[in-house]
Amino acid sequence: MTSDKRTDYWKANLRLLVVLLLIWFSVSFGFGILLVEPLNAIQLGGYPLGFWFAQQGSIYVFVVLIFVYAGLMNRLDKKFDVGED
Amino acid sequence: MTELDLWTYSVVGATFALYIGIAIWARAGTTGEFYVAGGGIHPIANGMATAADWMSAASFISMAGLIAFNGYGASVFLMGWTGGYVLLALLLAPYLRKFGKFTVPEFIGDRYYSQSARIVAVICLILASITYVIGQMKGIGVAFSRFLEVPYDMGLYIGMAIVAVYAVLGGMKGITYTQIAQYVVLIFAYTVPAVFISLNLTGNPIPQIGLGGDYMADGGASGLTLLGKLDQVVTELGFKEYTTQVMGSTLNMFAYTLSLMIGTAGLPHVIIRFFTVPKVRDARYSAGWALVFIALLYTTAPAVGAMARLNLMDTIQTGPIGAETGNLAYDERPDWFKKWEETGLLQYEDKNGDGRIQYYNDKDPEFAAKAESFGWKGNEMVKVDRDIMVLANPEIANLPAWVIALVVAGGLAAALSTAAGLLLAISSAISHDLLKGVFAKGISEKTELMAGRISMIVAILVAGYLGLHPPGFAAGTVAIAFGLAASSIFPVLMMGIFAKRMNRAGAIAGMVSGITVTLLYVFQHKGIFFIPGTEFLMPELGMGPDWFLGISPNAFGAVGALVNFAVAILVSTVTAPPPEHIQHLVEDVRVPRGAGTAVDH
Repeated sequence: MTSDKRTDYWKANLRLLVVLLLIWFSVSFGFGILLVEPLNAIQLGGYPLGFWFAQQGSIYVFVVLIFVYAGLMNRLDKKFDVGED
Repeated sequence: MTELDLWTYSVVGATFALYIGIAIWARAGTTGEFYVAGGGIHPIANGMATAADWMSAASFISMAGLIAFNGYGASVFLMGWTGGYVLLALLLAPYLRKFGKFTVPEFIGDRYYSQSARIVAVICLILASITYVIGQMKGIGVAFSRFLEVPYDMGLYIGMAIVAVYAVLGGMKGITYTQIAQYVVLIFAYTVPAVFISLNLTGNPIPQIGLGGDYMADGGASGLTLLGKLDQVVTELGFKEYTTQVMGSTLNMFAYTLSLMIGTAGLPHVIIRFFTVPKVRDARYSAGWALVFIALLYTTAPAVGAMARLNLMDTIQTGPIGAETGNLAYDERPDWFKKWEETGLLQYEDKNGDGRIQYYNDKDPEFAAKAESFGWKGNEMVKVDRDIMVLANPEIANLPAWVIALVVAGGLAAALSTAAGLLLAISSAISHDLLKGVFAKGISEKTELMAGRISMIVAILVAGYLGLHPPGFAAGTVAIAFGLAASSIFPVLMMGIFAKRMNRAGAIAGMVSGITVTLLYVFQHKGIFFIPGTEFLMPELGMGPDWFLGISPNAFGAVGALVNFAVAILVSTVTAPPPEHIQHLVEDVRVPRGAGTAVDH
């Protein structure tokens, strides 16, 4: 494998990480802590929205993030031909 | 023997028999099996084992209570202990799996071409894991003594013996399969009572939805949501509003959450679980599955906490506040109340001598004044231990005896599974990193396997001893374990993968300064090595409690981690770059191709 290709693969990986970690940050630190008060003005069923993000929503998003990461990395491995098979 | 005793003995006995059966079936024959279960564990199975490995006695028994009494403020635990898996999955697990060795210090030693770095990592690992394991040992002793009327010591010995059987015989292989069984036990034990209680209070069997549902225990007469009802009930008695009460400042909650996330991702006993899957790809998915299994409990816990709090308040405040008959008469208290009084977890003191129980917040000046006008003389529930919230929950909700028995078995499963994972991390650091890696390089695989078993036995004995004679620092377990992992291990692992320029000097300086800063701050608040009386807060120098930006000691790991990163980067830029072959190693770790099963070489 050429080192250019490795660099491109790594850069694509980092771009994906940045996007996913921004979402990770927003749902927990953002919606769950920093913006909790304004969001609590909105109701989600019986939940104030900020409270929901802090105790429920962020956890659901975390799960989805890891599976999205695993899926997209699989595709990236194939595209750059660096996968395990 | 009562019906409950019979159920408890049967359920706990059956689960123990299962664990021993697995131990005999899954014996380890090679170091590969002992350290990484042979490297062939299916990602979903590993996810389940990781969930049990991770969820400790504290998650099972204490967390819902923390939530019940801290409301929104306890969100730091929920987000911190789950969000760490995102960091683990995206930043560490796949790369460390690709590296393909047996232990975490081994990666640090190889990546930073330094035996000293490896030894520093072993020390951090042992400190973090030992303090953590004491909590599990205490959990085992407590579960036995409270439910099976077995003395605390005897309970601890039984627990040690069970762990010894499967961890010594099977190593990681035995631990993996028992953890899977333990996960199943603990998740049933946690969710079954939650479903019943949610059904009782909201008419919805799914606790996650029930918590956001309407309060239906009064047939919907109040027209309130469950959380609205809880907010009303607690604020009327002077407590802080449940859905908005905070844990320190916003910055403190931010730092606390970040510390727990980084700490979670840096805990070695969790990381090594990802060395047991066949491929890099599996490590990525396996982290996702682990979080699915963890989320089942972690999204249920807020419902358990809120509903248990509401049940507790309603049990005591039976009528209008201030009315003479509004409070439960002590003589009419329910059986579970009596039972938990005997254990000292609940304590009542009739301050105004009216024979009724007043449970309110006498620290709130406004409500305390009002309470005085009712003839109340202070809060009479002088102790409500937070562990009650899970342990007494089934009884408060009048659930059948088998559910209570299941909760006991679940608590034991949570404590045993985490203890075993920690003990393996400790024993592999000793036999593989210290012996094979540094002090006795020439030993054969057979000798190393024997050394692994012996260090496992020693680790169990040490953990048991510390469980019987908890040192002063046991109370600070969580702070120190997460603080250490966050401020030492996580940053060097992450930079080892993402910063090719990071070198030996930077890594060691980073680890040492990260830990030092964190420990100093913790010791300053809680005493040197948690010895009472040795706190050295200096308010006159502007170093009062939580002096650094209002951040509490438990939340300080994030600051320690930042110091670690900053020092490491600074030192590495003024020292020589790592040698050529290390830069190749980093490049190799970054791509999945070429990953074999974890090997020793």
